Amino acid sequence: MLGTHHRASKGGSDKDGGWTVASVREALTARRISARELTTDFYSRIEKRNPELNAFLALCPERAYAQADRIDASIADGEFLPELAGVPVAIKDVLSTRGVVTTCGSRILEGYRPPYDATAVERLESAGAVILGKTNCDEFAMGSSNENSAYGPVRNPLAPDHVPGGSSGGSAAAVAANLAVAALGTDTGGSIRQPGAFCGVPGMMPTYGRVSRYGLIAFASSLDRIGPLTRTVEDCATVLSVISGRDPKDSTSAAVPVTDYRATVRTSVRGLRIGIPSDYLGAGIDPAVREKVEAGIALLEHLGCKRVELRMPHTDYAVAVYYILATAEASSNLARYDGVRYGLRVPGATLMEMYRKTRASGFGAEVKRRIMLGTYALSAGYYDAYYLKAQRVRSLIARDFAEAFEQADVIVTPTSPVAAFRLGERTADPLAMYLADIYTVTGSLAGVPGISVPSGKTPDGLPVGLQIFGPAFGESLVLQVAHAFEQAGGATI
Amino acid sequence: MHVAELAHLELTEDEIEAFGRHLDSILTYSSKLNELDTEGIEPMAQVVPPGTEEQNFADASPSGTPLREDVPEPCEIIGDVLAGAPDPDPPYFLVPKVIER
Repeated sequence: MLGTHHRASKGGSDKDGGWTVASVREALTARRISARELTTDFYSRIEKRNPELNAFLALCPERAYAQADRIDASIADGEFLPELAGVPVAIKDVLSTRGVVTTCGSRILEGYRPPYDATAVERLESAGAVILGKTNCDEFAMGSSNENSAYGPVRNPLAPDHVPGGSSGGSAAAVAANLAVAALGTDTGGSIRQPGAFCGVPGMMPTYGRVSRYGLIAFASSLDRIGPLTRTVEDCATVLSVISGRDPKDSTSAAVPVTDYRATVRTSVRGLRIGIPSDYLGAGIDPAVREKVEAGIALLEHLGCKRVELRMPHTDYAVAVYYILATAEASSNLARYDGVRYGLRVPGATLMEMYRKTRASGFGAEVKRRIMLGTYALSAGYYDAYYLKAQRVRSLIARDFAEAFEQADVIVTPTSPVAAFRLGERTADPLAMYLADIYTVTGSLAGVPGISVPSGKTPDGLPVGLQIFGPAFGESLVLQVAHAFEQAGGATI
Repeated sequence: MHVAELAHLELTEDEIEAFGRHLDSILTYSSKLNELDTEGIEPMAQVVPPGTEEQNFADASPSGTPLREDVPEPCEIIGDVLAGAPDPDPPYFLVPKVIER
């Protein structure tokens, strides 16, 4: 094992022992390492770090080694290697994986083995990726700290007494700790971008409709998106190209052609207009975070981007809109957990009693709270005042974005008003936790793509995230700005 | 609690107290939406990708979202689906009796 690890380190990993898609490919084609050896190497790292981090909930070595052996056979035969050949990846536990336990971080799906793969998972595997296992997350992706998982919190690999962010905390932690080269997360209100920011790795939420949601276990269907967390922006681009595109199994997936995002990622950003909404840098932001975001903006200006001051006047309403709409959709989506077709069943004398007892015992506190809020917002007498009102304000927020993109090519903001906080520090007040989602939920509601890239660290050594939004289907532009920022040393400003 | 009943959730006394308090604070906060005049603003229920209407989907739904053709395909996973059920009796799921006689 030690020998393999040594070879792996020499094979093409960076100074932290981290591999990239390109270095895996180079090492495999030069035959410095086999896909099987690389897989073994990652499993040994997981074995070592996961007891502390709790980033993985399930591993699927049989599936991983079968794939690795297929890749090694292709190499031996001199066949063309697909885009992600041999790249070890991790999958958030809300994405269905055939035969591999998928719990959504919930007791109600303990032991559930989906009968099919999510389209994004299938596309990764068709592109040669080696799926190592399933990553921990807040229960049904509801949370911003990963503390709502029924299987225990994830620890931030950069500061183990801190949260990794959420809800894709396990995916972000796995990538940051070099336990996977890339991971899939899902983002409904910030769940890829915020943990990316907290763990110091790029994380991208593509445009709504860019990536098929087939096989994604639904939280809020008008907001849910699947996207990558990776070690580099280039890898983010590569993985996104693989998973994007129309899928007949998701009627909301767009028939907009997929660009080769990696091919365009190096395009110069000189002359691009970066919109800075003053509404995102006002009260409530930690001064240490603000300083690094300002420094990040200055770096982009140094690269030749033109700063444009913007107003996005409905920003302050986004959290209220988001929590009404997301919980309303969740209350409907989660009605399916009734103990009949899958997962937990707690027996009851009547059907109704079985439903009520199953759901009481299977769901955790945050999920129950959101189901209650969403049920209330949709209930007779309150539907117009809450649900419909929130949908109307959603239109205004989308309009803010449309108007901003008339003046700017991309919008640059902080990802989160705070850096990673300590475990347990913020669990007592749900509203306070929700309010910290302010910078990410806006783009979620508008349907536009956004990335978080590392932008320096606070004096405590905690990473700060810079968020870049682009117009709908403007992934190329977003990745191009993020890449230029990263290459110019954004992570260490 | 009426909402808990609608949501098919059996809650403990402690949960009723805590959720009541949390919902109150969130709904109070949400009432800030009333500051905005939304007269004449369309409710946005879904993000519809641009251009989807023009693309070759004859059966576009009213929202413009393309729908695939309704073609039956074989489903070979019924066994796996039932294997994951708490109380299967292929090809059925069993539940407590719902009809009183």
